[in-house]
Amino acid sequence: MEINTPFWIMRDHIKCSGCRRCEIACSLKHEGKIWPEASRIRIFMLFPGLEVAHLCAQCEDPKCIKSCPVEAITVNLDLKCVNIDNEKCIACGNCIKVCPGHIPTIHPTKNSALICDLCDGNPECVKACQETRFNCLYIVPRESSSQYGLFAQTPEEVSKNLAISLFGEKGKELI
Amino acid sequence: MRGYAGKFIDINLTNQTIKDYKFSEEDLQNYVGGRGLSVKLLWDRLGEHWDEVDPLSPENILTFFTGPLTGYWPGARLCISGKSPQSMGIVGSTIGCELPIELKCAGIDGVIVSGRSEKPIYLWVTDDKVEICDAKHLWGMKGIDFLKTISKEGREILKKDYQNKREVKEPQSVYIGPAGENQVRAAAVIGKLSHGAGYGGYGAVMGSKNLKALVVKGHGPLPEPYDFEKTLHLIKELTNNILASDFRRRWGTSWFSYHAGNTLSAEPVRNWQEEWHDEKTQGCQWYEQRVWVKRYWADFGCPTGCMKLSTPKIGKYIGALTDNPDYELMAYEGTNLGIFTPEENVYLSSLVDDNGLCGIQGGNILGFTAELFQRGIITREELSFELKWGDADAFAKLIELIVTRKGLGNILAEGTHFASEILGKQKGLDLSLYNITTKGIALGAHGIRSGLDYPHAISYALSSQGGDHTSCAYLPIDHPTSELTVLLNDSGVHCNFNTYPTGTRSKLFEFYTAVRGWPMEKETWYNTDAKRIINIQRAALLLGGPEVKWRSKIDDINPKRFYEPLPNGPYKGKTKTVEEVDAYIQEYYSAMNWDQNGIPLSQELQRLKLDSVDKKIGKYR
Repeated sequence: MEINTPFWIMRDHIKCSGCRRCEIACSLKHEGKIWPEASRIRIFMLFPGLEVAHLCAQCEDPKCIKSCPVEAITVNLDLKCVNIDNEKCIACGNCIKVCPGHIPTIHPTKNSALICDLCDGNPECVKACQETRFNCLYIVPRESSSQYGLFAQTPEEVSKNLAISLFGEKGKELI
Repeated sequence: MRGYAGKFIDINLTNQTIKDYKFSEEDLQNYVGGRGLSVKLLWDRLGEHWDEVDPLSPENILTFFTGPLTGYWPGARLCISGKSPQSMGIVGSTIGCELPIELKCAGIDGVIVSGRSEKPIYLWVTDDKVEICDAKHLWGMKGIDFLKTISKEGREILKKDYQNKREVKEPQSVYIGPAGENQVRAAAVIGKLSHGAGYGGYGAVMGSKNLKALVVKGHGPLPEPYDFEKTLHLIKELTNNILASDFRRRWGTSWFSYHAGNTLSAEPVRNWQEEWHDEKTQGCQWYEQRVWVKRYWADFGCPTGCMKLSTPKIGKYIGALTDNPDYELMAYEGTNLGIFTPEENVYLSSLVDDNGLCGIQGGNILGFTAELFQRGIITREELSFELKWGDADAFAKLIELIVTRKGLGNILAEGTHFASEILGKQKGLDLSLYNITTKGIALGAHGIRSGLDYPHAISYALSSQGGDHTSCAYLPIDHPTSELTVLLNDSGVHCNFNTYPTGTRSKLFEFYTAVRGWPMEKETWYNTDAKRIINIQRAALLLGGPEVKWRSKIDDINPKRFYEPLPNGPYKGKTKTVEEVDAYIQEYYSAMNWDQNGIPLSQELQRLKLDSVDKKIGKYR
């Protein structure tokens, strides 16, 4: 069932098992193949055990839009996410540079950037994570808050915090 | 031909040559991948003079193979093989990690490594290049330092490939620690933080080739299966069946430890002198409540997440990192050393991981040495410290001695089997009672004396992989626990644990057919293809190597201790008698079409089109 009111994908990093079923689901949906590098959600494992689900934070004020020299990025007002026009995109990487979490990525073979489009309101990654009951990803209703943008973090930033959360002092040495 | 990426990479480190290699379609169909295909390759290239090949010489060949189901069957694994410095045979040693996915996404089914580099190197593999890189700065590093370094360095290189435009994921690696570098025969090839391909001792083979690591990043999709829709449907069905088995998810194999010790009387305690205990702190709930920091830790595609992350929160071992530990390490770095607390068990497991020792092979040597100390066969003077059961700090010192080959550690580094022979000769004593190995390979932590755990009386005695607790000899040969079944998982190459939940194993052949397109029949597998592979593995054991040749029938035997009565617990007095085991052995020989001395019959080898094997082992008939 598609959800038409704005929602947000919660990411509870400590619960990510690193199974990458979200990457499988995303690439199957968008590419018709199992293709982790072409997935819009990406699992980073800068140190084993510190798996980080890296996906669009759906900022209130998306910097990526203004950064695009060819106006390929637009806001989807219904879902509060951004969409990329693959025809227009020139894969310049500006949107990645301005994103505080460097979250958009570039397709490994096509000349286009990739950003989560929430699967038009029915995100496959969330379904996959829920199916396995790891529950790192789940949907919450979107509220009026500036908090969302704070989740646009680089993989290093999240990994560093996660390492300390899991391992305390020892965690400081890992990333 | 579907499910395969299409090529293998063949590297000779002596000549620094890198070539593509292709198996024929017939070989792929018959030998599948992983363990099966490694056995085929090793026999074709080294079989003619197998008995002369020193596993730690440049001549040995090391394989890192995926299989057609890798990435599709829930739980991806990599199979590592070669001539084993433990058994002189061939062991298919598998490891859960994401490296096989990177390989297949780079368009490569596997990597073959022969020769020996003059200097320490690592192999860097991406979609369009394979490079032999200097590993001077990595050599000597333990696991955690290696992982930190390779993750940073690898990402720097990959970032450049993308003109620094995007965040790049880390490449995946399998590597050795100091144990492998120093060619300790109990050394594993390690993946991630703590997953080890330990059976076989291929960490030592990597060390002998001066190969620190294989590092891979692929950017393409997984090779497409023959029937994609059916494959996805099967993944869904398996996932549902796996999810129905919640205790496997919640506790992984660690749920087994108290159960195996207390209920089944089948967990090694103090070098297998006992197999029963009532130590409730060995229960998985103690680990979960005290040391786990991550409840589910999975490899690619796996809904089970049997691995957990652990670290002690109190006491002097704060800062030690490892996974669960799983059952095998709870036993071998725990009960078998008289250690019964999660904190100490996690500490020793983390040392074993970080140094690149196999938890089972390494733990077996620790227990063996402690028993020699208990009996006064080795002394405080020889070790320079007391080695008492339950003393985690003393075992930590012993790990250091073995890994660095210092003092007595230099002999112990040869592995339990060889160390028991060398020390026995030095001391003029028969130490075989304390040597818990078969065909040179330390036994998994599942006893047979009580008759309640899954391995049978012949499981280790006749396995083509010695003491391997997964690849068990079993009757009937098409039993789920039989090595002819496990061989398929190891060749696939996919998780064995995810074939246990009800309704998963029955889908194996359907799954292979959906992915490869070649109809795969149970009958053909058990009667022909699996037997072909096992017969080559059997021949390799009998031919042996410079250090040891296993005598058919005479060496088809359990460790001596397994014929002693259990000394305590509810099954006190139970054991296996020689007669009982021998009768069972004859039954297995005949099920495999081997003669009464365990030599494969000529007509059987001819039927399997193994003429070269027949020729080589004819002299034993």
